[in-house]
Amino acid sequence: MLRFIVKRFASALLVMFAISVLVFLIFFATPGVDPAARIAGRNADPATLAQVRHSFGLDRPMPIRYLLMMRHLLIDRDLESFVNRGSRVIPQIVQATPVTLSLVIGAALIWMAAGIIMGTAAAALRGKAADPLIMLVGVVGVSLPAYWLGEVVNLITQKQLHSSVFSWVPPPGYVDLSHDPGQWALHLLFPWLTLALLYAGIYARLLRGEVVTALNEDYVRTARAKGLSERRILIRHALRCSLIPIVSLFGLDFGALVGGAALLTEVVFGLPGIGKLTFDALQNLDLPVIMGTVLYAAFFVVLANALVDILYARLDPRARHA
Amino acid sequence: MGQVSTAAPELATVEARRPPGPWRTAGADLLHNRSALAAAVVLFLVVLATLCAPLYAHHVAHTDPFQSHVSGSTVADGKTVPVLTPSSTGLGLGVTPIGPTWDPAHYFLGADNQGRDVMARLLYGGRTSLFIGFTAALLTCALGTVVGVVAGYAGGVVDAVISRVLDVIWAFPVYLLAICLSVVLLTDGLHLGPLTVEAGSLWLPVAIIAAIYVPYIARPLRGQVLVLRNKEYIQAAIGSGAPTVRILRREVLPNVLPTAIVFVPLMTALAMLTESALSFLSVGVQPPDASWGTIIEDGLGLLYTRPAVTIAPGLLIALTTAALNVLGDGVRDALDPGARLRGGV
Repeated sequence: MLRFIVKRFASALLVMFAISVLVFLIFFATPGVDPAARIAGRNADPATLAQVRHSFGLDRPMPIRYLLMMRHLLIDRDLESFVNRGSRVIPQIVQATPVTLSLVIGAALIWMAAGIIMGTAAAALRGKAADPLIMLVGVVGVSLPAYWLGEVVNLITQKQLHSSVFSWVPPPGYVDLSHDPGQWALHLLFPWLTLALLYAGIYARLLRGEVVTALNEDYVRTARAKGLSERRILIRHALRCSLIPIVSLFGLDFGALVGGAALLTEVVFGLPGIGKLTFDALQNLDLPVIMGTVLYAAFFVVLANALVDILYARLDPRARHA
Repeated sequence: MGQVSTAAPELATVEARRPPGPWRTAGADLLHNRSALAAAVVLFLVVLATLCAPLYAHHVAHTDPFQSHVSGSTVADGKTVPVLTPSSTGLGLGVTPIGPTWDPAHYFLGADNQGRDVMARLLYGGRTSLFIGFTAALLTCALGTVVGVVAGYAGGVVDAVISRVLDVIWAFPVYLLAICLSVVLLTDGLHLGPLTVEAGSLWLPVAIIAAIYVPYIARPLRGQVLVLRNKEYIQAAIGSGAPTVRILRREVLPNVLPTAIVFVPLMTALAMLTESALSFLSVGVQPPDASWGTIIEDGLGLLYTRPAVTIAPGLLIALTTAALNVLGDGVRDALDPGARLRGGV
């Protein structure tokens, strides 16, 4: 088992290295893309361009540039943004992290609770009218564009019904948890619900399938033969086994969201999280910030992948040899 | 589902009683699936409506949806009104376009802030969104199948290299990778050897979306091929000296094709959502082209005054992707390869 864990983490490190090289190549080796031209602004003369290239180290050979950037990012931890001179990358990420964590943890709690309740209910009521109805909610969840849903929520809570039902909804933005917990929750309530709606449906659909399969297993028949109540069978036997694939999917989704995949939700609700930071940096071709945030995102995704694999290997020894 | 040989003469004579093939069974299943049929009808209507875009623009609304009509006027409730009214609040820079008139001939859904007919733009934008979604999905499924089959069948170094590359793409949050590629390629287009895609071309988002989702198809297919490779009939084909290409074409491909086909409608939905998100962030479809995503972006500034500009394209995206997802579930139930798609944001 220990060997498996070590091997798994070694390959995770390799993937992260490959991602950093890939990002670097996307922004430095794509023909026609010149970060110096972006920094110098429109209509910069060749002399200015050359000066910008030199002062940002863009005239050095590619591998040296890569190594320098990684050294400043990971070892000296003083990598600076190209666009906002003097502003360091790591403090920006550190500042954005609690915003993204607040959004994602709250939304995850809601979608897991809703997904488990809806999925189990649909499985228990299979064949009845409520089952397709619950599953319809699932289809709607995966079919809505995240940013559009956010805009519509903004429209309803900030304008259409703001004078009546939603007068208590604050304008989009973020308030720090340590500053005012009440305002923090109030500002995040609709972002949480919006993000959760997109995931709850997928989880409910997946869980329904797993529970229905489990209910046909021999151990459930044994439990029935012992005279256990249907409710106990459903919750203690069928649901428990069905949660394993859900938990592993949750690991992957959570990792990606913490790494900035909630970008659209953050942009629409004006939350200054990792996703928003990445997006702003991308629009300015601010490579140091992009490098920092993408590696940060990849770290969480790769970590989540590795943890899920290790969890599987722990539960099922055959997976160690796959 | 390789071809079953019916070489024995006594079997050939009872041809009439041979059970229908897997494709025909799946087709019959799909035809009996009411929700999948309803979804197919919805999709057909959406596609038909977008195909009628020029008809609507030229013969009903008499407008050019790609030309701004800043100083134009139109008829609403029998009165002539300007298409754009300077806004009375704020700094006087904004304009309020005409709202929905519900009259197909005169700005049915109102105008955007350049005075363009939103309904006509929706129909044209739908063409773009559907085109990108469908082509990207087909490309992803084709590429993913080739990559997955090659990796799974070849094994060894080839498999190791392909699998690691897929791992790297997989570890990137999809939207981040798509935005990274779009931002970079929008400056100068894509130049890959003899292949050139202009920066403003619709093929650019198609190529980007197709590339980022390849691991979603290639990984499950590689797994299937790994299992298939050890089956007796494939070992027998290898043993009898059949050329590799023939084995891949006759024995491997027919077995993995249902999985690839199941992915097409689900992938189209995913690709359409991705395209709309990229366009919304203004790194997808570029003007003068319009897509449902760019129309939503156009409507953002008008969200509180003319919400129809934002709401209508969003509803169409939701309707189309929901129909594709329901149809995809139907196709999956009919072909049942146990495939499952990881959800995007």
